[in-house]
Amino acid sequence: METLYLIFIDPFVQMVVEPAFLVEVLIGGLTSGVMYSLVALGFVLIFKASGIFNFAQGIFVLFAALNFVGLMDLGVHPILAFVITIGIMTALAFVVDRLVLRPLVNQDPIILFMATIGIAFFLEGFGETLWGGDVRPVRVGIPDEALFWEAGFGEILVQSADLFAGVIAAFLVTTLALFFHFTPVGRALRAVADDHQAALSVGIPLNNIWVIVWAVAGFVALAAGIMWGAKLGVQFALSTIALKALPVLILGGFTSIPGAIIGGLIVGAGEKVFENYWGVPLLEGATEDWFAYIVAMIFLFFRPQGLFGEKIIERV
Amino acid sequence: MLYREAGQFKTSYSADQAMLTIPLDRWFVFALAAFAIVGVPLLASEYLMVSILLPVLILSIAALGLNILTGYCGQLSLGTGAFMAAGAYLAYKIATNITWLPIWVVIPLAGLCAAAIGIAFGLPSLRIKGFYLAVATLAAQFFLLWLFVKVPWFVNDSISGVPPAPPRTVFGFQVTGAAAGDEAKYLFVLAFVIALAWIARNLARSRIGRSWMAIRDMDIAAELVGIRPLPTKLSAFAISSFYCGVAGALWAMCYINSVEPTAFDINRSFQVLFMVIVGGLGSVLGSFLGAAFIFLLPIFLNSAPGWFGYSVASDTITHIEFMLFGVLIIFFLIVEPHGLARLWQIAKEKLRLWPFPY
Repeated sequence: METLYLIFIDPFVQMVVEPAFLVEVLIGGLTSGVMYSLVALGFVLIFKASGIFNFAQGIFVLFAALNFVGLMDLGVHPILAFVITIGIMTALAFVVDRLVLRPLVNQDPIILFMATIGIAFFLEGFGETLWGGDVRPVRVGIPDEALFWEAGFGEILVQSADLFAGVIAAFLVTTLALFFHFTPVGRALRAVADDHQAALSVGIPLNNIWVIVWAVAGFVALAAGIMWGAKLGVQFALSTIALKALPVLILGGFTSIPGAIIGGLIVGAGEKVFENYWGVPLLEGATEDWFAYIVAMIFLFFRPQGLFGEKIIERV
Repeated sequence: MLYREAGQFKTSYSADQAMLTIPLDRWFVFALAAFAIVGVPLLASEYLMVSILLPVLILSIAALGLNILTGYCGQLSLGTGAFMAAGAYLAYKIATNITWLPIWVVIPLAGLCAAAIGIAFGLPSLRIKGFYLAVATLAAQFFLLWLFVKVPWFVNDSISGVPPAPPRTVFGFQVTGAAAGDEAKYLFVLAFVIALAWIARNLARSRIGRSWMAIRDMDIAAELVGIRPLPTKLSAFAISSFYCGVAGALWAMCYINSVEPTAFDINRSFQVLFMVIVGGLGSVLGSFLGAAFIFLLPIFLNSAPGWFGYSVASDTITHIEFMLFGVLIIFFLIVEPHGLARLWQIAKEKLRLWPFPY
């Protein structure tokens, strides 16, 4: 009886009694959710355009951030470093396309998936050979101070860096949405995502599109890397956290950009709330490791295509 | 010329259905097994046996398990490490609580427990497939490891959480724990490897193996010809997890001599997946080749500079090792997407005609 009370009643009582804490937990969860969303966004872009499940997206985040921080440590101005890193990511997209994807065209998805794992290994070693394996802080002048927000029901502590990350993410998503809807390249990308052969037959050059899409994914990775780096420092752990983007994809659907964003927010907020109200009191904590995956797994039973994904239709 | 099927007639059904129908193949396999059982313990050095052959053999079992699931049944899994952990922790729990049970019963029992867990985490495969399923198996990976770390029951409330493997004997020879002899350990593991490989090979060409392959090739068509997806997929999960569980139990009991969670993390899952893909999906031989290749490659890369008289800082080596590993995987996939087993097959076909060009 007591256990049942602790599971089903007590957490909600806590939430009502201390709404300020709940809001703080939610904000913390949403900001980490934004990070998951950004990584998931990179996955979705590539999956939509080429049907490749790019396992290296997490390493892309790390690699982009490493380059950015490495250049800044050499005394390059942040904006210049940003531009150079975008250049590097574009070059990387080109190399990946030429050396990995083209020779493997028409292979099984699992072979391409393996190849992206190979890319992940290579980039991990390459990035650390170039810039070393230490944890590096990112100093791009993002203000990081505690703000107190006086709400009607109590005082809420918010990190300004978190707010900043949220703003950047919103900006990025809007930019991408505009890019996809109103530029010729964006339209071409959507066309390719919709139907490869039809896109090819109306004259969209598939090869270039793949380079572009990998470059855009690289750009998203850079944004995610900078924000994550500002929060935690650029370190190898980034690529493991990036695995969390996978359940986010499941929740949101593999082919949906808004799905990636909303899925990320749900996962981020959900795991923080679960950790604080159920995990720590009842399960000795560290539930954040698996919460997202279990939720994704249960979710799959009921809606395999995700919240916003296209319905999976099978034809014989 | 040397290797051929021509002129080798089968005169009975049992000869026709033998596992290895070509005498040359059969002799080769028997000779190899005999060499592994008798020759290796006599000739091989301690280092070769304990640090190379032992882990390669154990990982081959895990690769066999994943190959059953991914290669034969087509269900991608990233939870191999967790199923291995389940085998390891439950083998420890069973071995320490039911002390009279011989260790060669304990390890398959732990495998059965892992199989039960595998079935539970295989349930989503009925609704989903491909990468979606991979993510669902990641749930197993993270949840099970968390469970084993957080619940002290599994390690008998050991304070460190990393208990040493209990010493157990077979025929009077100690085979588990740090004090066990190298030959005893090696032969103990080898017995499991031979038995499990034989079973896997036969499973693959039995009714159940054929239904796995039908599901892999096209599940809807398989369903239409009367193969029930539910038992087929779940049996693949169960048998695959059984193999992984046995591999995990052996890994903890015989190789690292302690039950620790870090040995079964997500990297282990990926390592076994590499083995299966580099070795060859849907091939028993490929599991062994892949395990040897993936396990030995880093060792080779690590010691190669030393042979040429270079000395490189160890962290640089690790980074370069990662790079080379990635490049080699991509290279391999481009050159031969069907893995090492396919290369072996090509070699055999060449041998069939040798020395004539065609």
